[in-house]
Amino acid sequence: MLKAGKDTGIVETRFLTFAGPPEELVLESGERLGPVTLAYETYGKLDKDRANAILVFHALSGDAHAAGYHEGDERPGWWDNMIGPGKAFDTDKYFVICSNVIGGCRGSTGPASENPRTGRPYGLDFPLISVRDMVDAQAKLIDHLGIEKLLCATGGSMGGMQALQWAVSYPERVRSAIPVATAARHSPQQIAFNEVGRQAIMADPNWNGGDYYGGTSPTRGLSVARMVGHITYMSDESMADKFGRRFKDRVKGAKFEPDFEVEGYLQYRGDNFVRRFDANSYLYITKALDYFDLDNGKGLENVLRGIRTKFLVIAFKSDWLYPAYQSREIVKACKLAGVDSTYCELNSNYGHDAFLLETAEQEYLVKHFIANVRENNGNGRT
Amino acid sequence: MNNTKPGDSRLDHRIITGWVSEGASVLELGCGAGELLQMLSRQKRASVSGIEIDESYIFSCVARGLSVAHQDIDDGLSEYADRAFDYVIINQCLQELRKPHVALSEAVRVGRKVIVGFPNFAHYSARVQMALQGRAPVTPALPYQWYDTPNLHFLSIRDFVLYCAKNRLSIERKAFLNNKGVVRCWPNLLAGSALFQISRDGPALLK
Repeated sequence: MLKAGKDTGIVETRFLTFAGPPEELVLESGERLGPVTLAYETYGKLDKDRANAILVFHALSGDAHAAGYHEGDERPGWWDNMIGPGKAFDTDKYFVICSNVIGGCRGSTGPASENPRTGRPYGLDFPLISVRDMVDAQAKLIDHLGIEKLLCATGGSMGGMQALQWAVSYPERVRSAIPVATAARHSPQQIAFNEVGRQAIMADPNWNGGDYYGGTSPTRGLSVARMVGHITYMSDESMADKFGRRFKDRVKGAKFEPDFEVEGYLQYRGDNFVRRFDANSYLYITKALDYFDLDNGKGLENVLRGIRTKFLVIAFKSDWLYPAYQSREIVKACKLAGVDSTYCELNSNYGHDAFLLETAEQEYLVKHFIANVRENNGNGRT
Repeated sequence: MNNTKPGDSRLDHRIITGWVSEGASVLELGCGAGELLQMLSRQKRASVSGIEIDESYIFSCVARGLSVAHQDIDDGLSEYADRAFDYVIINQCLQELRKPHVALSEAVRVGRKVIVGFPNFAHYSARVQMALQGRAPVTPALPYQWYDTPNLHFLSIRDFVLYCAKNRLSIERKAFLNNKGVVRCWPNLLAGSALFQISRDGPALLK
C-alpha cells in the first residue's frame, strides 16, 4: 500500500540508570527497586518543540532494538517494517523511542541483574513487577530525554498493554495511543497458556528455585515455554500454509525425534530463544501480564473517563490469543467514557503475529492517524 | 455500506448538513468513506464519529482524520449512553441491516434526533416494473438486481411514516429527492429516496 522506506541504518542500544538508593522506584506491590537500568533505542530527531516523540513498546520476548541494524547483524529490529524513513512511524518526521522493560533480560534491570544488597544476581529475590511498574520506569526515561508529552504511545500484545497503561497512568503526557492486538486484561485462556510456560521452566531441574546463574540454565524448560508460546502466536491457517504435514528434509533418526516440519520449527525457535532470554525473566514478565487488569474492578469506562488521549485500536481477525473481542471491549469502554477512539479489525491469516508480519494495512492506518493527531491536537476535526 | 446516492450524489449530504446544528455531536451509522461526516465537521464544526462494517471504508475514514469504529450496526449500540449524541444519522443503509427496527430503536435512544435516509420502494418506476412487467424493480435509487443487492428490506415513504406513527416517533423534518433534485409533490410516487429527521419526543410536524 505504501512505498517501502529507506533503511534506518546502524543503531545502538543505549542505557539509562536511575533510582539509585535512596530514591528507589516504588513498585505497585509496595516493594522498592533500585538502581534501575533501562535499555532503549531512538530513531529520528526530536524537534525543537519536543512534540514529535513516539514511544514504542515491545512484546513479551522483544527488546529495545525495534528498527535498524546492530553492527554485524543480518536481521533488523523487530518492528523495522513499521519504523524508519517514510514508514508508518516515519523517522523523517518523528522521534521514535523503543524502551525495554524492567524485569527483562535485554539490558534492563531484571532477575539476572546484580542485587546491590548481596552482590549476586537477584534470582527470585527480584520483586514482582507489573505493567504499571514497567510504564513508571519508562516515564523516567521520557523525563530524562526531556520530553513532556508523547505524540503517541504504541505497541502490540504486551506492548499494547503498556500503551493502554501509559494513557491511564499519564493521561496528560500522551496525545494518542495505538494499542495493537492486545487486551485490557488477560482472559483465563491467556493466563493458562502462560502458566504452562512457567510450569515447563520450573519443572526443569536446572531451574533450581531460580538460582541457576553461574551454572546451567533451565534451557529445556524455557525452550518448551517458547514452543507453546509460538503455537499461540500463529493461526491454524498460517501453520497449514507454512508447514502443512510436510516432513523434515533429513534421514529419520531415533523414535520421537521431531520429523514433521512444524516440530522442527518449534524446536528451532525454542533453541534460539534460550540463547537470548532468561528463564526467570520469562516467569516475571508473564506473571506481570497475567496480573494486568486495567479495569481493576472499577469498570474500564470509569478508568478511562476524562482521558483526552486519542485511541486507535487495532485487532486481527485470525488472532485467537488476543481475540478481537478484547479490543472491542477497549473501544466500547472508550465510547462509554467519551474517549475519542477509532477501531479497525484487520483481515490477516497470521494470527497474533500479524502485527509484526502483515503490516501494510496497519501502516496505512497508523500513518494517517498519527499525522492527523499531530495536525489537529487530536480532536477529530479535519 | 452506502448505496449509490440518489439524484445529485451530494444533495442528500447537503440537505443533512443544513439540518444539523452548529457544533453538534454526530454519530453516523454506516458512514461509508466518511464524506458526510467530513462535511459536517468542516461546515458545522460538528464533533463527528462513525460506525462502518467495510474495512476499506475504515481506511478512507482514517485518512480523512475521522474517528470510526469497525463494527456491525446489527450488533447494537450498547456502548453508547442514552442521548449521547445530538444527532444519529442512518443514511442509505437502513435497508441493508438485518434488524432495522432494532437499529432505529437504538438510534432514537442514543441520539436526541435521528436523521434517516432510504430509497423509496414505491417510486413510480418501481411500481411500473412490478405491476406491468412483473419484474423486481431496478431504479436509480435501487440499482441492484435481485441476486446481487445488499438490500434486505424494502420500504416506501408511506411505510416509514406509518412506522414512525406506530412507534411514537415525531417527524421533525423531511425531504424527498429524485435524480433531478428535490421532489415537492406526490413524494411516495415521485421520489427515489427520502430523508427524515425524527425524535422520540420532539414536537409533531407531520402525520
